[in-house]
Amino acid sequence: MKLNRKWLNEEFVDLSNVSDKEFVETLTVFGQKVETYERMDAEIKNVVVGKVLSMVRHPNSDHMFICQVDVGQGEPVQIVTGAQNVHEGDLVPAALHNSWLPGGVHITKGKLRGELSNGMLCSFAELGLTQNDLPGAYADGIWILNDEDCKIGEDINLVIGNDDTIVDFEITNNRPDCYSIIGLAREAAAAFGKTMRHHEPVVHGSDAGSIFEHLDVEVPAAQLCNRYSSRMVANVKIGPSPKWLRQRLRANGVRPINNIVDITNYVMLEYGQPMHAFDYRYVSSGKIVVREAEEGETLTTLDGTVRQLKAGMLVIADDTKPIGLAGIMGGENSEIVDDTTMVVFESANFNGTSIRQTALALGMRTEASGKFEKSLDPMMTIPAVQRACELVELLQCGDVLDGVIDIVNYVPQPKTLPLEVDKINRLLGTEISKEEMVRYLNLLEIPVEGDTIHVPSFRPDLNLMADIAEEVGRAYGYNEIPTTAFKNSTQGGYTEEMKLEAKTGTLCRAMGYNEIITYSFTSPTVFDQIRLSADSPLRNALRIQNPLGEDTSIMRTIALPSMLEILSRNNAYHNKSVKLYEIAKIYLPVSGEALPEEPKMLVLGTYGANETFFTLKGELEGIFAGLRLKKASYHAVKDNPSYHPGRCAAVVIDGMEVGVMGQVHPLVAKNYGIDTDVYCAEISFTKLLQCRLPDATYSPLPKYPAVTRDLALICDEAVTVAQAEEVITAAAGKLLRDVKLFDIYRGVGVPEGKKSMAFSLELRADDRTLTDTDSEGVVTKVLNSLKEKLNATLR
Amino acid sequence: MKNQLEQIRVSALKALEDAATPAALEELRVKLLGKKGELTAVLKQMGKLSAEERPVMGQLANTVRAQIEEKLESRKAELHAAALEAKLAAESIDVTIPGEAVAIGHQHPMNQVLQQIKDIFVGLGYQVVEGPEVELASYNFTRLNIEEGHPSRDRSDTFYFTDDDSVLLRTQTSPMQIRFMENHKPPFCMLAPGRVFRKDEADATHSPMFHQIEGLVVDEHITMGDLKGALITMMRKIYGEESVMRFRPHHFPFTEPSCEMDMQCHKCHGTGEIDGQVCSTCHGEGWIELLGAGMVHPKVLENCGIDPEKYSGFAFGMGLERMAMGRMKINDLRLIFDNDIRFLNQF
Repeated sequence: MKLNRKWLNEEFVDLSNVSDKEFVETLTVFGQKVETYERMDAEIKNVVVGKVLSMVRHPNSDHMFICQVDVGQGEPVQIVTGAQNVHEGDLVPAALHNSWLPGGVHITKGKLRGELSNGMLCSFAELGLTQNDLPGAYADGIWILNDEDCKIGEDINLVIGNDDTIVDFEITNNRPDCYSIIGLAREAAAAFGKTMRHHEPVVHGSDAGSIFEHLDVEVPAAQLCNRYSSRMVANVKIGPSPKWLRQRLRANGVRPINNIVDITNYVMLEYGQPMHAFDYRYVSSGKIVVREAEEGETLTTLDGTVRQLKAGMLVIADDTKPIGLAGIMGGENSEIVDDTTMVVFESANFNGTSIRQTALALGMRTEASGKFEKSLDPMMTIPAVQRACELVELLQCGDVLDGVIDIVNYVPQPKTLPLEVDKINRLLGTEISKEEMVRYLNLLEIPVEGDTIHVPSFRPDLNLMADIAEEVGRAYGYNEIPTTAFKNSTQGGYTEEMKLEAKTGTLCRAMGYNEIITYSFTSPTVFDQIRLSADSPLRNALRIQNPLGEDTSIMRTIALPSMLEILSRNNAYHNKSVKLYEIAKIYLPVSGEALPEEPKMLVLGTYGANETFFTLKGELEGIFAGLRLKKASYHAVKDNPSYHPGRCAAVVIDGMEVGVMGQVHPLVAKNYGIDTDVYCAEISFTKLLQCRLPDATYSPLPKYPAVTRDLALICDEAVTVAQAEEVITAAAGKLLRDVKLFDIYRGVGVPEGKKSMAFSLELRADDRTLTDTDSEGVVTKVLNSLKEKLNATLR
Repeated sequence: MKNQLEQIRVSALKALEDAATPAALEELRVKLLGKKGELTAVLKQMGKLSAEERPVMGQLANTVRAQIEEKLESRKAELHAAALEAKLAAESIDVTIPGEAVAIGHQHPMNQVLQQIKDIFVGLGYQVVEGPEVELASYNFTRLNIEEGHPSRDRSDTFYFTDDDSVLLRTQTSPMQIRFMENHKPPFCMLAPGRVFRKDEADATHSPMFHQIEGLVVDEHITMGDLKGALITMMRKIYGEESVMRFRPHHFPFTEPSCEMDMQCHKCHGTGEIDGQVCSTCHGEGWIELLGAGMVHPKVLENCGIDPEKYSGFAFGMGLERMAMGRMKINDLRLIFDNDIRFLNQF
C-alpha cells in the first residue's frame, strides 16, 4: 500500500518536519513495515520553468528554431528546439545544461547544426507524464505551461507535484484498515504521538429528485454481500479532475481518467473502500441485482476481456444481464463514458473469500479485489459513498440525488474487551501503568471506558487479551521491553536417528562423497527411466493434485532417480569424477492411512575413472564399520531392472535386506544421458537404525603370536569368494581369527573355466603359542572340506 | 719416560683430531692403544723404574691413556654425526610437491549452516525433532489458528493430495508446534528444522521446496522479554556477539503478540549506503530480516490441551536458505538444489 506524504500532511496529520528516514523507521518499528520509499523528484534534476523571449529560424534547418529563454538566471539562455507548437512569450519546461530526465536521460549543452543549444525544451512525456495526468495538454510538442500556476525559474518538479515522497508499506493480513490513506494516517499519527484530523463528509444535495424514483436494489446473494450502499448523481458533466486530485492519484500509481472515475478511485485510496460507478442508462429497468452468476454467463469487463462466468461467482446484474463482476471489475456495458449524464455509485461490502476465489479463478486480481479479499469493515460503505458525493459537489460535476439505498445483511456486533492490565504486563514482561495503556489505545483510536475497551469496527483483529497486549506493546515499543534471560532447565539433544544421520554424513564425506539436497517430488516418468516394471508397487506414488508441473507432480517412492538426475547434471557440466551422497526421504503411501510413511534412504552415487563395483562396496563397508553395524553380506541380484544384472548385490544384515548396490544398468544410465559406468547404492537408513551393534566393550589383546597360512586354491569359475570363505570358516574351527582374500588369478597355469583364489588365514590361540602341528591340522581340515564341498584344490 | 708419555699424549691427541673417517680412527686406536701400540710399548719399560717412580709413572700413563680414549670416543661421535648429517642432506626433497590426494567430501553448505544452528540450540537446552512433510491440513493450518478461506490455504499457494484439501505438503514447520505439544508437557524447548513446500516457480529467490527451522518454548510465566532475551542470545551466537538487533511488530495467526527480528546490516552499519551507493547487502534498508516470532497464541495452546491461563510460551521460525545464502554470499537459490560439485566443493 502506497502513501504519499504530502496528502498525509495536508489532510490528516502534519508530519512535514519529520525527515523521510525518520518517518520510515518510526513507522517500521511501530508495526507498519516500509518496503521501499522514494522521492518523486529523484529522476528530474535541473529542469526549470522558462519563458521563450524570442524565436528565430535556424539558418541550417527548415524546422528548427533558435530560442532565447529566460530561466530566471539573469541572462537568457539559447536553446534550439524542433518543436512547432512554441510561441514567443510561452512558458515551457527547460532542461538546462547538465540536467536529468526520467529514465536516466542526461542533457548537456551542444551544437545542433552549428548553433549552440544550452539544453532542451521538454514535452510532458519527456518528464514522465501522460495525457491522463495532463488532460488538454498538447501531446506532440512542448508542454506549454501558460495555464499552470508557476513562475519563471521554478523547479519543474514543483509544477508537476513531484515535491513528495512515496512510501510503500507491507500491510499484514490482520490490518485491512491499513489499506487506506486514513488507516495509515491513524498509524502515523499514533506512531508520532499526535492526534489525527478527521473529516465527516457533508453532502448538500440538490433539487434533482430522489434515488428511489430511479433505482431498485435487490441482494439475493445475501451471504456473499454484507452490505450494499448506493447513491446517485444526475446532470453529470464528465471532464478532467482538478490538478490536486490528479496529482494525488498519480502519486499513488493510479491513472487519472475522468472526474467520476477519479472520484471512485480517490475514495478507494482514502477510505480503503472500493467503489464503482455505473452509467445509469445501461442499468436495464433501473434495477440492480447482487446475485451469483449462472454457469455459462459471460461478461465483458472494463479491460475489454470476455469473462466466462461460473456458477457461484458474485455478479452485479440488472434485470437481464451482469453489468459488473462484484468487487473485482465493472462491465464494459455500463462503463462511464464522455456523454454519461446519470451515475450510480456503488459502495458495497462483499465476502472476501468469495471475491478472492473468483479473482483467482478468472486470473484477474485487481486493486479492488485485493482490498475486498482482506475482509473490509462494513461500517465503511456509507462514509465512502458520502465522500464520493461530497467530491461530486466539490468538483461541481453533477447533482447528487436525495436518499441512500443501503441494504444491510449483517448484524453489527459491538465488541468490548476487558482491559487486563496485570495480564498484559505479565505477557509482555513490563510494568506499564493502566493510564499509559489507555493513552496508547486512545492514540490508536481505540476508546476505553473504565476497564472496558470498545473495539472499533475497523479493528476486527482485536479479540482477546493478547491482541490488546500487542497494541500496548508496540505503542510502548517492542525494543523498549526489557530483555530478560529466561532460565530453562530442559535438556537439549538429538534423537538417535539424527545422531546416526550425522555420523553417516561424516563417514560418507570421509570416503570422498559430497552431500546433495534434492527435491522430494519428481516426475512420474522416472519409473520408466529407471526401467521399473509396470506392476512394481513403487509406482504407487502420492500424486500432487495441483503441481507446478508434471516433472514435480509425484512424491518420490524411490530415491535413485534424484541421485541419477544430479549425476547426470554433473556429467553434463563435464565434472570428470563425482561422488555424491544424500540421506533422502521417500514417501510410501499406506493403505487406509491419510499420511504416508516417510522413511529415509542413504543413497550413494558415483562415476569416474577409478570407480568400480568394488570401490563402492569397500566404501559402503567402511561406512558400515564406522557406524558399528552388524556384519553385512552381499548377494548377487540379477533381476533388479535398474542395475547391471551381473553387477548388483542385495545388502543383507542380520537376515534383513537393507538395500541394494551395484552398477547402474547401462540403459538406465543412457536414459539419464550418462555414457560412462555409474555406481549407486540405496540403503534404507531407517533399517540401519536396527542393525547397530551394542556399545563396544574391551576384549583382552592377544598374549600369544598368530600364525599366518596362505592357501592358493584352484576351483570352478562359478565358486564365489563368499562360498569359499564360508567353507574355510566352518572347517577351520575356533583357531581361525581372520580369513582374507588377497588374489584372484586366471591364466597360465590355471585350466580354462577355472580360477585361482588365494586366501590368507590367521590362526591363533588365546592360551598358548601354536605349534606347526596345530596349524597343519587346521589347514588339512580346511583343504579337505574345500575339496569335498567346492571341489577346490591347492594350486 | 715422562717425556715419552707426554710426547705420545700430544701427538696422539693431534692425530685423533686430524682423523677424518671412522676407519682412520680405528687405525689410530690400534696404533696407540693396541697390544703393539705406542703406549703399551712405553708401559713395558715400567719394570726398569724404581719403586718410588713406578706408581708416579703408572698414574701418569693411566691419565694419558684415559685422555686418548676420551678423545677417541668424542671424535667417533663427531664423525658419526657428520656422516648422518651428510646422509640426510642427500635425502632432501622438494616439500612443495603436492601431497598425494585423499578426496574428502563436503557437507552441503545449507546443512553446514543447519548443523551449526542445531548445535547452538542443543547447547541452550533445545530438543531437536523432525516430523512429516506430507501433513494434515488440521496441523498445518486449522489448529494453528489459520481459518478456512485464508489465502495461504489456496491451491495457488499450497500443494494438495486430496479433493477435500485435508492432506497437503506442509507449507511451514509450524505444524511441529502442534505435534510436539500433543506429546509433551511443559516446560520444554523444541527445535524442528525441515523441508517445507510452497507453490512458487524456481528462480533466483524462490523454490517450491525450501527449509525452515521452527522453535517453541513453553513454561509458566514466559514473557515477551524472555522471547527477546532468548532470540538475541541465539542470534548473537550465530551472527557474532557485537550484532545489533531490533524487533518489529508483525502478524502471524498462531502467535500474539507477533514480531519480526532484524539485524543491523554489518556492511553499512544501518546507514543503507556505502560510499554514496546503496548497500548491496541490505539493499539500502540498513537492516536484515532474520526471523518471525511471537508469543504462542492462547488458542493454539488450547488446541493442544495446554492451559493458556497457566502456561505461556514463544515460538519462532526462520528460513534456512536465506540464512545460508546471506552468510555464504550465494546469490542464486537454484545453485543450492543444482548440486554442481564445483559449487559443493567450495564449502
